[in-house]
Amino acid sequence: MTEVSMIPLIEARAVEKFYLQPDGNRIEVIAPTNLEIVPGRFIALLGPSGSGKSTLLRVLAGLEQPSAGQVLWHGQPLNGAAPNAAIVFQSFALFPWLTVLENVETPLKARGLSAAERRTRALKILDTVGLDGFESAYPKELSGGMKQRVGFARALSVEPEVLFMDEPFSALDVLTAENLRGELLELWLSKKMPTQAIFLVTHHIEEAVLLADRIIVLGRNPAHIRADFSVDLPQPRERKARRCIELVEYIYTVLTQPTVDHPFPAAQTPTTRPGMGSLQSLPHARPGGIAGLLEILLDLGGRAELYRLAEQLGMETGDLLIIVEAAALLGFIQVYEGEIELTPEGRAFSNADITTQKVRFREAALKHVTVLQRIEQALRLKADRALPDEFFYDILDEHFSAEEARRQLDTAIHWGRYAEIFDYDAARGRLVLTEPNEPSTA
Amino acid sequence: MTKPAPLTPIVPERARSFAIDVFIFITGLALFAAILSVAHHWLGPPNPSPPIDRSPLALPKYAGYSFLRIATAYLLSLVFALLYGYVAAYSRPAERFMIPLLDVLQSIPVLSFLPGVMLVMVGIAPHRQLGVELGAILLIFTGQAWNMAFSVYASLKSLPSDLRNVARIYHLNPWQRFTQLELPYATIGLVWNSMMSVAGGWFFLMACEMFVLGNRDFRLPGLGSYLQTAASAGDTPAILWGLGAMIGVVVALDQLVWRPVICWANKFKFEETETEAPHSPILDALRRSRVLGSLRRVAIEPLNERLVRRLAFRSGRSSATGGSSKRWHWLERSVEVIGICVIIYGVAMAVLMINKMSPTELHEVLRSAAATFARVMVALGIGTLWTIPVGVAIGFNTRVARVAQPVVQIAASVPATALFPVVLLLLIQVGGGLGVASVLLMLLGTQWYILFNVIAGAIAIPTDLKEASRVFRLGLLDRWRVLILPGIFPSLVTGLITAAGGAWNASIVAEYFHFKGQIISTTGLGATISRATDSGNFHQLLVATSVMVAIVVTTNRLVWRRLYRLAHTRFRLDT
Repeated sequence: MTEVSMIPLIEARAVEKFYLQPDGNRIEVIAPTNLEIVPGRFIALLGPSGSGKSTLLRVLAGLEQPSAGQVLWHGQPLNGAAPNAAIVFQSFALFPWLTVLENVETPLKARGLSAAERRTRALKILDTVGLDGFESAYPKELSGGMKQRVGFARALSVEPEVLFMDEPFSALDVLTAENLRGELLELWLSKKMPTQAIFLVTHHIEEAVLLADRIIVLGRNPAHIRADFSVDLPQPRERKARRCIELVEYIYTVLTQPTVDHPFPAAQTPTTRPGMGSLQSLPHARPGGIAGLLEILLDLGGRAELYRLAEQLGMETGDLLIIVEAAALLGFIQVYEGEIELTPEGRAFSNADITTQKVRFREAALKHVTVLQRIEQALRLKADRALPDEFFYDILDEHFSAEEARRQLDTAIHWGRYAEIFDYDAARGRLVLTEPNEPSTA
Repeated sequence: MTKPAPLTPIVPERARSFAIDVFIFITGLALFAAILSVAHHWLGPPNPSPPIDRSPLALPKYAGYSFLRIATAYLLSLVFALLYGYVAAYSRPAERFMIPLLDVLQSIPVLSFLPGVMLVMVGIAPHRQLGVELGAILLIFTGQAWNMAFSVYASLKSLPSDLRNVARIYHLNPWQRFTQLELPYATIGLVWNSMMSVAGGWFFLMACEMFVLGNRDFRLPGLGSYLQTAASAGDTPAILWGLGAMIGVVVALDQLVWRPVICWANKFKFEETETEAPHSPILDALRRSRVLGSLRRVAIEPLNERLVRRLAFRSGRSSATGGSSKRWHWLERSVEVIGICVIIYGVAMAVLMINKMSPTELHEVLRSAAATFARVMVALGIGTLWTIPVGVAIGFNTRVARVAQPVVQIAASVPATALFPVVLLLLIQVGGGLGVASVLLMLLGTQWYILFNVIAGAIAIPTDLKEASRVFRLGLLDRWRVLILPGIFPSLVTGLITAAGGAWNASIVAEYFHFKGQIISTTGLGATISRATDSGNFHQLLVATSVMVAIVVTTNRLVWRRLYRLAHTRFRLDT
């Protein structure tokens, strides 16, 4: 499919999303972004979790107003929800009190179709997605895969120009997801649906490479486009094909090294990251998970390919990435192109027993993690070595959205407790500095 | 266009029962006759204090009148709850004062509304019985509407954002959004609150049907006034007859209305997996009815269809124009300003009223507030002490639970006020004044909420935790300390919150009583409010009510809400 000069279906012009704090601070969620969606394209939007992928999707669909910039549909500014779009949700978002048929008929009803037309169209589409015979079932009687089929049927019934999908396969088991992906691709390639473009949000790198013919990779804090390239591979694609593996590895590299430029297929220069003060964003990984990764890495000889590792562990790539990022932040591993390697610190950590691991974690945390440094310093300043969690929440709140600030604090508390930097009294919501019993060994 | 598919229902036709149709037809006729007769009575000349016939033969008629009052009040509450909840959930400026206002309204006892409501209603229709009747209905309404409104608001606020996005991306029109998304989502909460509200209606029926207002004596024919008349006359057989009739009506409503409604509402549960659904033969019968089926097909569905098509989304039309949203904003602003003005006016009036009071009167109000506070606490304490062991015993034993739960449910649905005369008779014979008796009366009205919730909490403790406590051989004391008490804590708090509200409200009927032609009362805020209503002392009524509201709202904010939050963070059992 070549890029013919066409009027884009959707055009985002310097679309930006930020929240204003009461103190006038701005929390940037999406940095100014330009994006065009032209007919005939299957676009996948990739990014680490919490990077604002879904927000961008909602902005493009007109469900959320951008703080600045404009979204155009057929060259016209969008006002309210897009006139002819559909969304498939990760949570399915079916109405549990309506039958499968009624769920599919609901959007048709909203368009004023007669009862007979609705019935004909809904039955036909249910047949297409393989739900023949389930018309009068209620969603709760169906398995996850069947529910998502209803979700697809409902979306396709309105014959949308653009089909948005927000992690549509993430809540399904591996085989079901694989199956549904195949069927979706079949419908799309055979033009059995009148949809002109598909916009898929996912954190599953392989899924994007197998399905999409254009991939956009987002970076986070705030969301910005880090890479945007075409995938010129014929369908059906073989996941073991060399080019596919290359692309997957390339995307891994882009995602794991947020600060470096990567020359590979038509990569765009990343927009410069706006300064976020001196606070890093903590990847939401548990210390236990980090320790686990390091130990596995040690067993593998201290070095592994990310893509292989994910496959060996049977993990979602997104989940593994979070742990990798956390370990890298702590200086336990180093990330090269799609490969990770234990640093001397990491090696020392994974060789140690549990008590010593905690000491090493503490050293690494206080050396590399700014949030924990700040918390430790603040607690040390107080005579009673204790402060309410709200205090730190307020600090984080200046750098992150309200929800993310909460999560950041939760993660920081997890790490701090594990490292025995401080203790947390959840009932009273107070952080109390832990005075180390033995001086930490250098 | 392709040729239309046949519109036959896809669900296979179930066997239809002729008997059910006949029954529905007869019920319809009876309802029509009842409405005619009531209309005749209501539109007739006013008779504020007709003699109340104490013979048991008059009971069916009285029961009918009372039922109609409660039903009308309930319907009003339902409409009010939907409107109020809707506006509060969707308009941010309105929400800011509507929700605190709801908190306040919820803590005002029924009797405090009485003078205002009655005088206005009688003033509106002075030449018809309608005025008095509407007054009574509105009084019952003031005991029913608030928690329902709050439930609607809370449901709308917690609507999953994905479902909202579905409604928006597919351009569901407002009517469709309401009937297919918002109303179904709010239904479960609304049904439970409706049950509580109607139970509250029966609880305060005596107070709402027969009362003195200054020098005027109001009496409406009904079960409540029957019971009160019987109690005043000390006519024990009549009290028992009235009590029997009331219990009969309540139990019948429970079986014929609430049970089917709960079963029906089960389909609105927002859950991913199927759980065992409760079963109601009456609901099954109604579903099989041909009359209701065709009514739905011929009248309701076409009407809905026409409405939906008229409101349908056309892609050419822009969905939201800037102008209308600006107008909305303006409207919201003005509503907010009006709200603030009303509040300021109310506060100013209240301050003026309090200024008029003598220090001794004020002192009296505070003393009685302390007395009632102590009584509420004692009642809650006793209620908690006996319901925890009993509730846990019932909840831990499935066989006992299966038998005991329906019994407890019926016991709880019997309005405790109807038992008051009987309890009073006993207590006066035993000795011990109303001061002690009123605690018992409060307890009668509120302990069920605690018991219910403790049973539910005990049932919800996961079996693996119980097994773990057995494996680790926890002693009896440790079992309670580590497993049972933390396990039931969230539901216990929920029960206590409801019970505390109920106890405060019950104080107005428990501390002041017309009995055998005399007034029996004790020191207490409830008694002060009742007496102020009786004697038409409005500024005392206002002050006493304000004190009660202040106490209830403050304890809600300071104690209950914190405990509730604690219960839902630290003591949550689901992960």
